[in-house]
Amino acid sequence: MLDAIIQGLLLGGYYAMLAAGLSLLFGVAKFINLAHGDLAILGAYLVLFGVKVLGLSPWLSVLLSLPIMGILGWLLQKYLFTRTQAAGFLLPLLVTFGLGAVLQNGLYGVFGSDTRSLANYIGDLSWDSWQLTDQISVGKLPVITFACAILVLAGLQLMLSFTRLGRAIRATASDPEAAELNGINANAVHCSVSAIAVMVTGLAGAFLAMRAQITPYDGPVQLIFAFEAVVIGGIGSLWGTLIGGIVLGISQSLGATLISAQWFQLTGHLVFLAVLTARFYSAIAHQRGGWRMFLKQSYFSITGSLPPKVTKTKIKNG
Amino acid sequence: MKISSQVNTEGFSTEHWYQVGRPALMVGGLLFLVLATVPFWGSGLVVDKLTTLFVYILLAVMWNLLAGYAGLVSVGQQAFLGLGGYFALRLVDIGMSPYPAFIVGALICALVALVISVFALRLKEGEFAIAMWVTAEVIRILVMFDPIVQGETGTSLLAMNQYAPELRRNINFWFGLLVVAGMLGLVLWLVNSRIGAAAQAIRDDEEAAKSIGIRVMRVKQIIFVVAAFGCALAGSLWLASSVTFQPRTYFGVQWTVFMLFMVLVGGLKTFEGPILGAIVFFLLQEFFGDYGAWYLAGLGVTAILFALYAPNGIWGEWQNRKGVRFLPTGVTLTLKNKE
Repeated sequence: MLDAIIQGLLLGGYYAMLAAGLSLLFGVAKFINLAHGDLAILGAYLVLFGVKVLGLSPWLSVLLSLPIMGILGWLLQKYLFTRTQAAGFLLPLLVTFGLGAVLQNGLYGVFGSDTRSLANYIGDLSWDSWQLTDQISVGKLPVITFACAILVLAGLQLMLSFTRLGRAIRATASDPEAAELNGINANAVHCSVSAIAVMVTGLAGAFLAMRAQITPYDGPVQLIFAFEAVVIGGIGSLWGTLIGGIVLGISQSLGATLISAQWFQLTGHLVFLAVLTARFYSAIAHQRGGWRMFLKQSYFSITGSLPPKVTKTKIKNG
Repeated sequence: MKISSQVNTEGFSTEHWYQVGRPALMVGGLLFLVLATVPFWGSGLVVDKLTTLFVYILLAVMWNLLAGYAGLVSVGQQAFLGLGGYFALRLVDIGMSPYPAFIVGALICALVALVISVFALRLKEGEFAIAMWVTAEVIRILVMFDPIVQGETGTSLLAMNQYAPELRRNINFWFGLLVVAGMLGLVLWLVNSRIGAAAQAIRDDEEAAKSIGIRVMRVKQIIFVVAAFGCALAGSLWLASSVTFQPRTYFGVQWTVFMLFMVLVGGLKTFEGPILGAIVFFLLQEFFGDYGAWYLAGLGVTAILFALYAPNGIWGEWQNRKGVRFLPTGVTLTLKNKE
């Protein structure tokens, strides 16, 4: 049980890193990138390409893949996403979903359907672990992933808080037009954000490939995990994303250990849906004067009696 | 209320959709009658292919109803396609005969959609899209727990073997034709009714729609449930013609890729567009389907290009350019100022 919680916590680090890009892009450019998971898988395949075909060391390959992913993010924003954002919410969804299909099948076309992993190239790291107590041991790779996620999130937070670019990003996020009036090029800011987001996503993909086997069609599942982490943690906050990732990781890991392996994904999904529903109803409850009042009203509306008059008098008095 | 196409006292003429669309409706009816006779003179292959086309048309029209008319982009409609197949399997398992089971299964599916709609429709835009996807995944995992589905392996609708192959093919065809005609009629009526007008108002500006007294939730629910019902029928039609049921295939997100492609290429927000898109997709599938992944990547690229450069799709662009309309929908009156 404790073991499951620790594994889940470490897994949460990976989810946080995966979700950071999605959260950033959603927070600043206000759209959900449905190709997010596929970009992570693309990053992973890029690293695999460096290792397998070019014969680079895994870490060097990861390092080299980052700028490539960054440039890709910049180009995607500049030539694809910007065009769609002008036309409402429908097009960005349709276009990024289409992009996802292109990436999946393109990767399949190039690399085939074999499952691949970086695990064979990182030596001991893939299975080595630290023994904490007699029963509990933690894998070195999950710990490194977790630490790396914290570093990435901290780096992003510092960048947002203290740098010139960070200020521009925050300004653009809250009001692009006002930011433009103050001499900020909102388009360029969106491009930078997209570059950073895709870079971080690629890094997350590389860690995924070290930990697990991947296929070209694994993107959608990663998108769902990333989105769940973002929603559970609260949209628009990087540390919230970390908490969301950890909650998701722990619930999946508990579901898999306590019930059965098939429940790994299911518990995660159910927690996500529960959080979503709870958040929605708490918003209504808030509107109607707190949970107690809301439940009372719902009870009356089901039993068919009129809602209590207390609310009405309250409004009159106020 | 009697409104003629003549100039009336206020100085503008009004035309109802059924007045403008009368020739198109008559052609449609004729086509239905001709198609109904295909099993008597067409080869088995043609009948089979047309049944597949019916599934595509059904899916495209349903997705357009949801995304085009109500602005609800869902990437989880495969949930209902899969559930349609699954409920049919279950009902046949407890002794119902297949074709009634398809209909009843789709009705149960509509009930499930009603339950899902209560929470899903509270979400907006992208959140709704992904929440539907997660819902589809949850349903897939739950269905895979059912022993008769046998997890990943899937199962077959063996009851279909009671019909001789030739007869089964023809019944499937007629069933599909009826379902498509029925659902097309329902959608045409729906988008031209007050509900359709309200749905489009919500799509264009939800706050404004609410402020003039449209019951946003109710309207969205009706559209959502009808779309789910249609997808479930498509799922059972697919089950009827393929006989096998594999959860990964039926609940696969590729269905949404197909729907997206058909609707974007044919024409979002038009009635005829998705039908044209389904035919285009069907032909592409026939000619290039063997190229596998590259073909699917090509579909994605085409969908993106259409979204960027021709967001109205083939039909919408053509309609705008020529200024002709066969089955105008949306607000049903065509006002013509006399000035």
